[in-house]
Amino acid sequence: MDTQTLVQWVLGENPGFWPQLIGVVAAWALPITVWVSLVGLISIWLERKISAHIQCRLGPMEVGPHGALQTIADGVKLLAKEDIIPDGADRFLFALAPILAFAGTFVSFAVIPFGPDLIIADLDAGLYFLAAVGSLEAIGVIAAGWASNNKWSLFGSVRAATQVVSYEIPMGLAFVTVAVVAGTLSITGIVEQQSGMIWNWYLFRNPVMPIAFISYYIASLAECKRAPFDLPEAESELVSGFHTEYSGMRFAIFFLAEYAAMYVVSALASVMFLGGWYTGIAPLDRAVAESGLWANALGALVIITKSFALIFVQMWLRWTLPRIRLDQMMTLCLKVMVPIGMFTLVIAALWQALVPEGAALDAAGHPAHPVVGSVTGMLVFVFLIVGGSMWVRSTIRATTSFKTANYRA
Amino acid sequence: MSSESPTTVVNAGDLRTEEMLLNMGPQHPATHGVLRVMVRTDGELVLDCEPHVGYLHRCFEKHCESVTTLQSVLYTDRLDYLTAMGNNWGFCMAVEKLYGDELVIPERAQYIRVICQELNRIASHLLAIGTYGMDIGAITPFLYCFREREKILTIFEHICGQRLNYNYIRPGGVAYDIDEGMLRLISEFCAYFGPKVDEYDDLLSTNDIFVQRTAHVGVLPVKTAIDFGCTGPVLRGSGVPRDLRKDQPYGIYDRFEFDVPVGSGERGTLGDCFDRYMVRVREMRESLRIVQQAVKGIPAGEIRSSKIKAKIRPPKGEAYTRIENSRGELGFYVVSEGKEVLYRVKCRAPSFHNISVLPEISRGAMVADLIAIIGSMDIVLGEVDR
Repeated sequence: MDTQTLVQWVLGENPGFWPQLIGVVAAWALPITVWVSLVGLISIWLERKISAHIQCRLGPMEVGPHGALQTIADGVKLLAKEDIIPDGADRFLFALAPILAFAGTFVSFAVIPFGPDLIIADLDAGLYFLAAVGSLEAIGVIAAGWASNNKWSLFGSVRAATQVVSYEIPMGLAFVTVAVVAGTLSITGIVEQQSGMIWNWYLFRNPVMPIAFISYYIASLAECKRAPFDLPEAESELVSGFHTEYSGMRFAIFFLAEYAAMYVVSALASVMFLGGWYTGIAPLDRAVAESGLWANALGALVIITKSFALIFVQMWLRWTLPRIRLDQMMTLCLKVMVPIGMFTLVIAALWQALVPEGAALDAAGHPAHPVVGSVTGMLVFVFLIVGGSMWVRSTIRATTSFKTANYRA
Repeated sequence: MSSESPTTVVNAGDLRTEEMLLNMGPQHPATHGVLRVMVRTDGELVLDCEPHVGYLHRCFEKHCESVTTLQSVLYTDRLDYLTAMGNNWGFCMAVEKLYGDELVIPERAQYIRVICQELNRIASHLLAIGTYGMDIGAITPFLYCFREREKILTIFEHICGQRLNYNYIRPGGVAYDIDEGMLRLISEFCAYFGPKVDEYDDLLSTNDIFVQRTAHVGVLPVKTAIDFGCTGPVLRGSGVPRDLRKDQPYGIYDRFEFDVPVGSGERGTLGDCFDRYMVRVREMRESLRIVQQAVKGIPAGEIRSSKIKAKIRPPKGEAYTRIENSRGELGFYVVSEGKEVLYRVKCRAPSFHNISVLPEISRGAMVADLIAIIGSMDIVLGEVDR
């Protein structure tokens, strides 16, 4: 949708500078606001239900069917709560921090697509833009901890700062790897190249892409401050971390920003690695490609499903894993994932240079099937998944020794 | 070099840094009650810490000196409220010792005491393990542990009508008899619980993150542990096979077959948090063995000694007894003047001694480690403060 036309249609031919500016901003911000709130509502409810079922509980059951309206009830409660700014807090920063945290996530939604045409701003450097604003949330978090004038909050914000400098590098390397393979930073450009069957997805594009995907996914957990990287708000250590002093709506905005960020990184993962709005079944995509409406509807459904599947894994991990320590997080990010990121980047670049497939387009304008890359990529992916789970099982099986060893006779 | 550099350059050494005094607790989610720890930190590093206790002081000893002996049993429940059976037993043993050899506790009561104490030990360790997982950041094992603990509490509810403060073991025996249905409940629980311990091993003991967070953390050397009077899983985690049930069998513990798990530094250093945690997991299996044997061997008969009348007047004298409670050696010293009210009661609480070693082992750790160390000590503030 061309926002300019829309605004002119609503406001008339020549509305003047300010009405037009406000109109354009509203035309952009309104759908994002609605979608961010929806994502927040759905994922908070999902989190509660998933955590409940993992923990042999029922979770919210009272408000609405299976507690579906619980989040709305909580939102109303938070709205009605007293807005407390503690004595000694930096009032300006304290009020600004949740907005800063929310703004970064909110702006990211502008370049997150929902379908072939359903993208608010199709920037040429969309990936770069996302990398830039994605970590803006951390500034809000740091400001919140500093402004609260609370030692626990300060701890949380310092941890958030530490975390940003740690996860940004492997995450950036994953971005660069994708950019090298795609040859573009445009989100739509990246997705377009993954059209066709499932093996065209970048996840299987070459042997190192599965590694890049997992590396990106771990870094994205850290960006969203999700377990096992929930150090800035480690509730058992730092009371509540950076948002200890926040209550009411300001807290709700932090909360919303966190869940919106989960959606952003998951949607980005599905764009970069999982074929974006393409189903991975070429005939299906081709069938709806003619009709713009159906293509967009299917695209939105597909990308939202993929994103929520990844969000589910985030929640699954959160309710399974303990929290790692600050130094261990830094070791993991800087000493393990950075070398892995470098490795994937170099191999991906070499692969692009030496295996001349996929870059060329076939007669129909679709990218040619990169057979060698897909096959090896899929093999590596299967190896990682199967090998990883077998390794985990074997460490668990080693518990049998726990039952017999180390007893006094 | 630094002195010659231009004045605009700031050397790292010139930056003013400050130590931060952090007040952890008494309202902090990970201090397991109302412990307050003053922590001197340098960033995330703990330079020194000092536990402040007393927020839950309830004059336990003075209470016991002003009410009758039978009423005192009720106050012992509130010491280590997670192992109230053990507290009851410890106090009653001291009172029984005043009577000397002429008082014989009936066999059936002895068996019931062992069953209750070991079930309670399992319940207490379940809570310790669950909250420990939560301290490290894993919330789900906590709820799994509570699911199992709930079953034990239901059994206790059947036995004595209470879920937490039982007031069940009384001088000379136990308050109520248990019937076949309750025994069947207990055997069902034993069959159910064994495989569940493996689940905790899968979720926590073999979890790489958990191991990384607990191994090499809060290493308690044997000498320090003994110097500070640590007992129970904290001492056994350091590799000392000290268990009063074996070393100085009280009640009928000499009749049961069980082992004493000790730490060995299997994942890190001897005496680290992982060892203390693992000792608790293994002790649950051992307690289960004892319960199974006791349920099998329980005889019929009296549950109270006829020597002790409703109005308990312990003979003149003094006695000190100790039992192996789930947190360590729980000792009671009682002085009687032959009246209904005891002249003096003194309680040696294991948690108090265990927490006193905290500053020794947490220097140089990180703040997150401090939480892990406090959790691995498994203190109950009701017992620390009395």
